[in-house]
Amino acid sequence: MIELFQRSIFEENLALSYFLGMCTFLAVSRRIETAIGVGLALIIVQAISVPLNNLLYTHVLAGGALTWLGLPDTDLGFLRLITFIGIIAALVQVLEMVLDRFMPALHRALGIYLPLLTVNCAILGGSLFMVERQLDLSESLVFGLGTGIGWALAIVTLAAIRERLRYANVPRGLEGLGIAFIVAGLMSMGFSAFVGVRVL
Amino acid sequence: MIKGLRTLTDPLVENNPVTVHILGICSALAVTTAMSTALTMSIALTVVLTVAAGIISLIRAHIPGVIRLIVQITIIAALVIVADQLLRAFAYEMSQRLTVFVSLIATNCIVLGRTEAFALHHPPGPSMLDALGNGLGYSAVLLIVAFIRELLGSGSLFGINLLPLVADGGWYQPLRLMLLAPSAFIILGLLIWAIRSLHPHLAEPREFTLRHAPRETRT
Repeated sequence: MIELFQRSIFEENLALSYFLGMCTFLAVSRRIETAIGVGLALIIVQAISVPLNNLLYTHVLAGGALTWLGLPDTDLGFLRLITFIGIIAALVQVLEMVLDRFMPALHRALGIYLPLLTVNCAILGGSLFMVERQLDLSESLVFGLGTGIGWALAIVTLAAIRERLRYANVPRGLEGLGIAFIVAGLMSMGFSAFVGVRVL
Repeated sequence: MIKGLRTLTDPLVENNPVTVHILGICSALAVTTAMSTALTMSIALTVVLTVAAGIISLIRAHIPGVIRLIVQITIIAALVIVADQLLRAFAYEMSQRLTVFVSLIATNCIVLGRTEAFALHHPPGPSMLDALGNGLGYSAVLLIVAFIRELLGSGSLFGINLLPLVADGGWYQPLRLMLLAPSAFIILGLLIWAIRSLHPHLAEPREFTLRHAPRETRT
């Protein structure tokens, strides 16, 4: 379990080794404050949506899951994509309302980033990987939390480097996104050094 | 006709969705370890994008403004499911190699971006041309990156060996790094640099300008 957690943060980092959530990753990593905001929002949404989608998949969509309804041969697996998108969109909406009601300060901080996450492929990708690797409920909770933390770590680091880069003398055509890509590539090399490292 | 041609060719270089607008990067980087996966992904995206733009443009007068995003996402997701199932049925091995990335076309920003920005306001003909052009622009970038990565990483193109490998008694020592994630970022970064150097007006405006203090005044 710890191994899965560690692997999902470093070795299989969604942003740096699977290129998921790249649009957001490059667009909001100009300033470190916004990067922290979107990173936190992603951890929350990811840690809730992956287990939720896991429950839905194993009990409704997977082949043979509807046996209790008298439909043992039904396999609704092909509907997973559209279901996950719906669940994620609904979850983000509900989360926004709950935060607004009970934690207005946090809502003000995360408010504008939450809706962005509806179309973030890191979130949808996390749920799809969960199905692909056949994780159970507790594993998917750990996987969701781990990938969320890993993605947040990557975007905060990139933002920190890009803030520093503003004072660097970068060739004209490479300024902005070009250099961001190259920095991300170097970070990805750095993260690949964690392959095989185990705490326990 | 000239205008239609312009709609088609404009997104190839000048307004390329990947290198200029930085949309749809996730899949552009992930599937480019080999030419065959990149080509399959390009075809899938171009077809989904063109059909989605056509459908959305046909019903654009009937979509209420407040729920237009959800209508678009539903249409796109339905098309992506069809593409995914077709791949599974007729090219199972390819679909295994592409893993979740075909499904992720649904959240690819290019598709939603083009339907939202163009198809909602234009008749089906131009919308589909624009979608086709953007799909081809995306494909061009994917194929260029995949060409470099497969040629240098495994010495082959479309799985056909071109550079004789050291392992088989040839001279080429494959660059394994090219098959790993970092190289994809760096190649795309260099490609953006090349395009922005050729078309200087595409470069990003500076956030601020450096003030070059004359050297003599330093003490």
